[in-house]
Amino acid sequence: MEAALLYTVTMLTLAGIYAALTLGLNLQWGVTGLMNFGVLGFVAAGAYTSALLTAVPSGTHLGGFGWPWWLAWPLAALAGALLALPVGAISLRLRADYLAIATIGIAEIVRLFVRNEDWLTGGPLGISGIPRPFEDLGQPWGAVAYLLLVAGVVALLYAMAEATAKSPFGRTLRAIRDDEDAAKASGRNPAAFRLQAFVLGAACMGLAGAMLAHFFKFMGPDALDPVTATFLVWVMLIAGGSGNNRGAVLGAVAIWAIWAATDWLAGQLPGELATRAAYIRLFLIGLALQLILLYRPQGLIGERLPR
Amino acid sequence: MLELVNFYLIPGLVLGAIYALAAAGLSLAYGVLRFAHFAHGDLMTWGAYAALVAVGALGISAWVALPLAVLATIPVALAADRAFYGPLRRAQPAVLLISSFGVALMIRAVVYFVWGPTPQAYARGFTPPLVFEGMRIQQRHLMILAGAALAAFAAHLLLSRTRAGRAMRAMADDPDLARVTGVPVEGVIRLAWAVSAGLAAIAGVFLAIDTQLTPNLGFNILLAAFAAAILGGIGRPWGAALGGLLLGVAEEMSTYPLLGGAPLLEPAYKTGVAFALLVLVLIFRPQGLFRGMG
Amino acid sequence: MTLLVARNMTGGYGEADILHGVDLTVAPGQVVVVIGPNGAGKSTAMKAVAGLVRLRAGSVTLEGADITNCAAEGMVARGLAYVPQERNVFPSLTVEENLLMGAYARPAAAREGIGRAFALFPDLVAKRRIAAGSLSGGQRQMVALARALMLTPRLLLLDEPTAGLSPKLCALIFDKVRAIAAAGIAVLMVEQNARPALAIADRGVVLTMGRNRAEDSGAALLANPEIGHLFLGGAAPDEADAA
Repeated sequence: MEAALLYTVTMLTLAGIYAALTLGLNLQWGVTGLMNFGVLGFVAAGAYTSALLTAVPSGTHLGGFGWPWWLAWPLAALAGALLALPVGAISLRLRADYLAIATIGIAEIVRLFVRNEDWLTGGPLGISGIPRPFEDLGQPWGAVAYLLLVAGVVALLYAMAEATAKSPFGRTLRAIRDDEDAAKASGRNPAAFRLQAFVLGAACMGLAGAMLAHFFKFMGPDALDPVTATFLVWVMLIAGGSGNNRGAVLGAVAIWAIWAATDWLAGQLPGELATRAAYIRLFLIGLALQLILLYRPQGLIGERLPR
Repeated sequence: MLELVNFYLIPGLVLGAIYALAAAGLSLAYGVLRFAHFAHGDLMTWGAYAALVAVGALGISAWVALPLAVLATIPVALAADRAFYGPLRRAQPAVLLISSFGVALMIRAVVYFVWGPTPQAYARGFTPPLVFEGMRIQQRHLMILAGAALAAFAAHLLLSRTRAGRAMRAMADDPDLARVTGVPVEGVIRLAWAVSAGLAAIAGVFLAIDTQLTPNLGFNILLAAFAAAILGGIGRPWGAALGGLLLGVAEEMSTYPLLGGAPLLEPAYKTGVAFALLVLVLIFRPQGLFRGMG
Repeated sequence: MTLLVARNMTGGYGEADILHGVDLTVAPGQVVVVIGPNGAGKSTAMKAVAGLVRLRAGSVTLEGADITNCAAEGMVARGLAYVPQERNVFPSLTVEENLLMGAYARPAAAREGIGRAFALFPDLVAKRRIAAGSLSGGQRQMVALARALMLTPRLLLLDEPTAGLSPKLCALIFDKVRAIAAAGIAVLMVEQNARPALAIADRGVVLTMGRNRAEDSGAALLANPEIGHLFLGGAAPDEADAA
């Protein structure tokens, strides 16, 4: 019974973290039309920032500084934003596909950096001993409390994203996405608006990274991979309905449920077959994305424009 | 000096030749189809593993298996186009780009499923390098350079001297005008996929000969291929090939211990050179690089 | 027998119709000029004939064969060549390669076609190896015309061939249009330079708001005071020619 509860809580927590990522990507791609294929880079920036600030002191990496999480998380969001700033400033005035390539590049650089700068990140060993908020409540209540914290953060991000979408700022972003020339003609500077959206989205990703690191209580170069940290988020957003925050959250939960369920199913298979089943799952997620693009391009919930 | 040539320049040229083939195929697909094809790296991987099957089944060398790898890769690109890209022909390039990202995952999943994650090689054993007056060059490097030059020359002839090549360049210039001029657009698109996938397969096999086969073989150099394509002006295969050569040499040279004993750049960051160059190009020459395929 | 018969052409881009039942007829060897204010649907009518705009109703026949909504890429083989208003050459291809593209559907006819093209536009001979994108506007228009003539179509559609050209070049293009018609190739063209175009036209068609407004011989339309007032700027013919 308790194992089942713990499993459910774990899955819901991860779904919540994905919802934060998807909301960030929705601001970038759904609302503004910016293609970020390097979500992983911003997640890593936030995860490592929070990990270093909160972990117990260790000889294998810089710090840790033993800060409380509530002080570190805003800085994790800031780290994501700071990483996005130069990338955005360089590539946002260019075409959409160049940004996609540049963001893959930044994710690659971040990956190289955390793997090789041992003094800072612990290199391949990573950072362990990251405290999880509320863990002194014991199990399962500590996990439940952490889930509530994640849910609270997601609710906050959702509320902010909704407010943004309805604000003049959000309307301008959509106007730029749909018709850049018209937006320019009405005296707005698309590059500045795009940069703000890109940076805000990256801040969401940084925060999600922090939540992930504290949930795992560990962060290392192999804890994040492009498939789960970037591709899955894209599938979630497109499945849910890009441009729509409710769709983003719904897509995150739905796709995560499928992902986790198939993971569990694959785990029931014996040995070699279980690893192979994971590849089938990868294939099917790719196929699902194609089918959504072909037959339901607006996603589960299409974009509904606020008045 | 010889050390520079043997350990930096020659490997740089070899890597550059592989980048050149990859980037030329990528650029051609971009020119005709007008979207960044993110599954190009995985087409390379597919070609490399197809050659592995031929090597294992027929007992031939990877060089001889090259045409078979090309033949095995072209249908994958055509199938992806038919099933996924074709119905999205009128969609925004961004949608096609995302779709190709999905195709990349699907190809990689199949590679993992069939061949597993363990690195493999075409052949074992050691061939001594050829030595000319202190210049040492691996036989496989010589063959990769020659093979890449041959493939690039063939692609160049196809594009510049044949009716189909002219049609591809015309499509890259102006697809609507090509249509009213009587070019069978879908046929030309299929041909472009075939050439692009063929070049990808050759690049993949060469890369696997030089290193080893892993399911991420092609994806790992996708960023470099894009950087090379943008460097040479995306949509222009010839420029992309030059960009690739430049990038390969730059990447290898970047670790040369020019100042005292320390390398210019820690070798671990070598793959970051592609990105750094990409950023420089994006800052200083983003425009002027993408008109047509001349 | 009439060469082109377009009846009741109705359609446009997406939801809204631009054409509301446009009729166009062209006899062999004729020059027919379509005039009208901006937004009248002149270019859309040309595109509809060329297969680039889908018609919801109406029909287009070429030499009695139904070509309504046929694929644009098959029109060249049916004897219909279309020159769009803008972007009508392949900029990175050389002049000669542009001409060869015109013969894509029948490569065997390329050599002969190039000979005829250079005879009609001798200026292009010296430019044959130059990228079409680096030519002047007038030269590009010539390349576009020459490319469309490569397979000797029976009907040539021109969308504002003189747009943006100097009066001297306009006169040259109109001369070429007459020469093309004299060789037996009918020309259907949209023109903003209405007076000089009607002056060389066998027939003129006036479109407004996606409908036929008037149709007569070119000379009769020029002489019609109402048409002159509404669509030819109302100015005296010689003044308008100079503009």
